[in-house]
Amino acid sequence: MTAISPAAQPRRRRIRVARLPLTFVLGGLILGISLILAVFPSIFAPYDPIAMDYNAILAPPSLSHFFGTDSFGRDVFARVIHAYTVDMQIAIFATTGPLIVGVIVGALVGYAGGLTETLFGRVVDAVISFPFLVLVIAIVAVLGPGLTNMYIAVGVIDWVFYGRLVAGEVKVQKRLDYADAGRAMGYTPARIIFRHLLPNAITPAIVYWMTDMALAILLGSSLGYLGLGAQPPAAEWGVQIADGKNFMSTAWWISVFPGVAIVVTGLGFSLFGDGLAELLRTKR
Amino acid sequence: MSAVTDTAFEPALSVKDLTTVFETPGGPVTAVDAVSFDVMPGEVLGLVGESGSGKSVTLRSLMRLVHAPGKVAGTVLWQGRDLLSMRERELRRVRGGKIAIIFQEPTTALNPVLTVRVQIEENLRAHTSLDGRQRRARAIELLDLVGIPAAERRLGDFPHQFSGGMKQRVMIAIALASNPRLLLADEPTTALDVTIQDQILKLILDLRDEFSMSVVFVTHDLGVVAQTCDRMAVMYAGRIVESGSVTEVFSEPHHPYTRGLLGSVPRGGAERTLLTSIEGTPPSLAAIPAGCAFHPRCDFAVERCIERRPALEAIAPGRMVACFRQADVAAEAAAT
Repeated sequence: MTAISPAAQPRRRRIRVARLPLTFVLGGLILGISLILAVFPSIFAPYDPIAMDYNAILAPPSLSHFFGTDSFGRDVFARVIHAYTVDMQIAIFATTGPLIVGVIVGALVGYAGGLTETLFGRVVDAVISFPFLVLVIAIVAVLGPGLTNMYIAVGVIDWVFYGRLVAGEVKVQKRLDYADAGRAMGYTPARIIFRHLLPNAITPAIVYWMTDMALAILLGSSLGYLGLGAQPPAAEWGVQIADGKNFMSTAWWISVFPGVAIVVTGLGFSLFGDGLAELLRTKR
Repeated sequence: MSAVTDTAFEPALSVKDLTTVFETPGGPVTAVDAVSFDVMPGEVLGLVGESGSGKSVTLRSLMRLVHAPGKVAGTVLWQGRDLLSMRERELRRVRGGKIAIIFQEPTTALNPVLTVRVQIEENLRAHTSLDGRQRRARAIELLDLVGIPAAERRLGDFPHQFSGGMKQRVMIAIALASNPRLLLADEPTTALDVTIQDQILKLILDLRDEFSMSVVFVTHDLGVVAQTCDRMAVMYAGRIVESGSVTEVFSEPHHPYTRGLLGSVPRGGAERTLLTSIEGTPPSLAAIPAGCAFHPRCDFAVERCIERRPALEAIAPGRMVACFRQADVAAEAAAT
């Protein structure tokens, strides 16, 4: 254990919090809190999210019920907190599969070019010519409501967007000298695509992933609201908004607080995505 | 060592009628037209010409690195086997393992997001059976060999942390990782400043001696040719117009184009004379003049230069030239 002089130490770039983009820090903070709430909701929620209290039906926000209660006397605060578990799960589960599939397919298509690329282009056109939500609703309607079917519906469509992004980037990268150098070094196409080109091509897909998670939460709660996603009495923001829609004039708190939760979480993802984009751009 | 002597008179690389055509909407464009040359073991061959003369495309065609819509025809014999008709799997073993290439612009030829260590080890992983520890040791050895100070510390650095000359050294280290027998160098010093250029050239020659590699050196810089090459081939509009040993071609050019090129280079030590330039510009490859492609710019051009294309013919052992009036050109060169 001899002391090492500073010059002999391997040079590492330290990441200083002060140097990080503000959006990244802010977004990260929101997402961090959201994740903690999602994993340990019972620690923070004062009540059981589905326990009904007939003595406190439609109670306005107070010290015993921060966000009031709904028409069954369930604590809105507890339900909003517990909904983090479902909605964060939607954000991650609905987008990670499409990310992986889209990146792999996109990289292969972008590298292959030619007929493969034309075919993929037609698939993309076919998918994006329908409004995303309508297409998902159609698939869920066929498969039946519920979260699993919603993941399937989103997965079938969403990978196309990642694929298109990555294919475009790989197509640019494969023409650069370093890709030719890789071929000239005798590396296999798989190695060139995934080891050499992809790290240069994946940034837009990662940034889009963050935005996509915000969109997934919006989609998940929209489907919950329509009765096609999470099913009552489960605590989910869209379901909660639907619960409160008949009481908007008398008990606004039932719908407004889950709505605020959607906005804040969505904002968290967007800010984090922007910050990440900036961070990855400046690193080059 | 006996294998080396046995093959000493056999060319390491033998290129015959290499032709590269790009199919464009405006019709086919012939970038390389029936180019043939041999490279002997341990020899440095210079491929010289102006921008757009097809020298870089020639180099890329050898390794099948031409992008669509380019099509390559002819034969490129490497140890008796044709690289152009070889299967992808076999070709991959030759590429990087036996024949390596370095590009003009080290900044774009290195992967920006992988560390130097990863990029060197990629080659070793593809062509050797070294394990992780040995690969790391070899990577340090290679960086040391190409003259990068504090090699061990710099392994973890990314390309952008190196200067231009250092990047080219890294590129050379990657290319040499698996001890190739032939190095193809595509203007490796053009993007570098003159002092660094000199160091890199010297490095390539030292490595040639050390590993008895052959080198094909593509350049537009006659100074570089004089300094590094044993033999040279001059290209114009996709064809070789003159070839021979560097001393012979420099002292007695037989093609008016070569003569023009040599006349446009200042010579140190000699009496100060006017530099001559070649009038006009090189032809577009899409519209190569009929007959000898050089005739519109040639002082020696006569009727038949416009009508027919002169073939590349041997005028002495190891000397080839494609000009009807080569004897007159040589005579005039001797007179001045």
